[in-house]
Amino acid sequence: MKKAIALISGGLDSMLAAKVVQEQGVHVEGLNFYTGFCVEGHTHAIRKKRQVKPRRNNALWVAEQLGIKLHIIDVAEEYKDIVLNPKHGYGQNLNPCLDCKIFMVDRARTWGVAERDFDFIVTGEVIGQRPKSQRKETMPLIARESGADDLLLRPLCARNLAPTRPEREGWVDRDALYGFHGRNRKPQMALAESFGFSDYAQPAGGCCFLTDAQYASKLADLWDARGARDYELDDIMLLKVGRHIRPASHYKLIVGREEGENRYLEGYRNRFLHLRTTGFPGPLALIDGAPEPRDVTLAARILARYSRGRTLPRVDVSAHHVNGVVELLNVEPLPPTELPAAWHV
Amino acid sequence: MSPRQTGANVARGGRQQLDVRGLLCPLPVIRTQERVESLSTGTLLDILATDPGVLQDIPAWCRVHGHGLVATARDDTCIRITIEVCET
Repeated sequence: MKKAIALISGGLDSMLAAKVVQEQGVHVEGLNFYTGFCVEGHTHAIRKKRQVKPRRNNALWVAEQLGIKLHIIDVAEEYKDIVLNPKHGYGQNLNPCLDCKIFMVDRARTWGVAERDFDFIVTGEVIGQRPKSQRKETMPLIARESGADDLLLRPLCARNLAPTRPEREGWVDRDALYGFHGRNRKPQMALAESFGFSDYAQPAGGCCFLTDAQYASKLADLWDARGARDYELDDIMLLKVGRHIRPASHYKLIVGREEGENRYLEGYRNRFLHLRTTGFPGPLALIDGAPEPRDVTLAARILARYSRGRTLPRVDVSAHHVNGVVELLNVEPLPPTELPAAWHV
Repeated sequence: MSPRQTGANVARGGRQQLDVRGLLCPLPVIRTQERVESLSTGTLLDILATDPGVLQDIPAWCRVHGHGLVATARDDTCIRITIEVCET
């Protein structure tokens, strides 16, 4: 029996692609990469406690539906180079989609074909589905630059492409593959129905925070403020949480917006100067950067503005320094008119 | 894949602990997967975590790989999930 390694994002297309190949008697296992920017999976702890429906990891859920193993690989460190130096540039925001796809297919090739005994690679790509990475001219480029060459099979659009080795050698039947193209989702939905899949993820805006304009803006702000295009995993996690307010280039506040975010930010409180209101419930704010004493007072006023004491004349705020010193401040909540929109990152 | 019957082989592979407190999913799953690769069949692995996402994700990971879910416990500060490494 031939063996295929399938890239599984948790979305519908990769699920269908794997299923189509499985239906042809091929043994399929899934591969999912953790880049740190994935929308899937990692934000349970940031969410509100009383969420009605617990979020699932869609890649694992897809693997269960297909009855295949799923290998989740941490590539966050090496993925930095893709984000910081994309050979093929960015999409609409800071999304290096084409370089990302090449990277993932390359990793699938080394992990599955070179280091294990998989015969070919499967992806859910569809020509014309994505403006940056899934175009007619990028399909051969991804195959070539990843090193996968003709071991890369796209079952959903294979009939619009030259036959690959799995098709030429009869490992799969090309006539039982598909010729989907464009952004119309109806063919995929019909195929899903034919397989009996009714519950599947339809992620809006792609699988990655880098496609999100607001997130990309926060990342660009981080690079500007630090004077260097670099990041650590904690940096990119914190960009997903809270209001980011930068009154000056040398510091910013990260203010929790709800209980789940406050709880998540708690995990960082020993590594940042952090502020909280005393006497009544309020958000937690981390201060990233090197604020002066007068900056701490302004930060406390901003925090008070987002607390239940926002209408009071004065509010008590405690400032917890990283060295353990706790400073008690009594501040006037900053009126909304004095919080310029430009401070919101 | 159906869950395996568990608990019969406690002494066979011993017992180990994996501390993934502070990590967000899917990192606890990834660290579990990495640890399990080095463990022999029958080993019990106690996973200590703080992200409630593990309550869905680790059992799901066990199901797709055919490992056993032995026990789940939770208090105010920590989640403990015990799995049994099975032949897959």
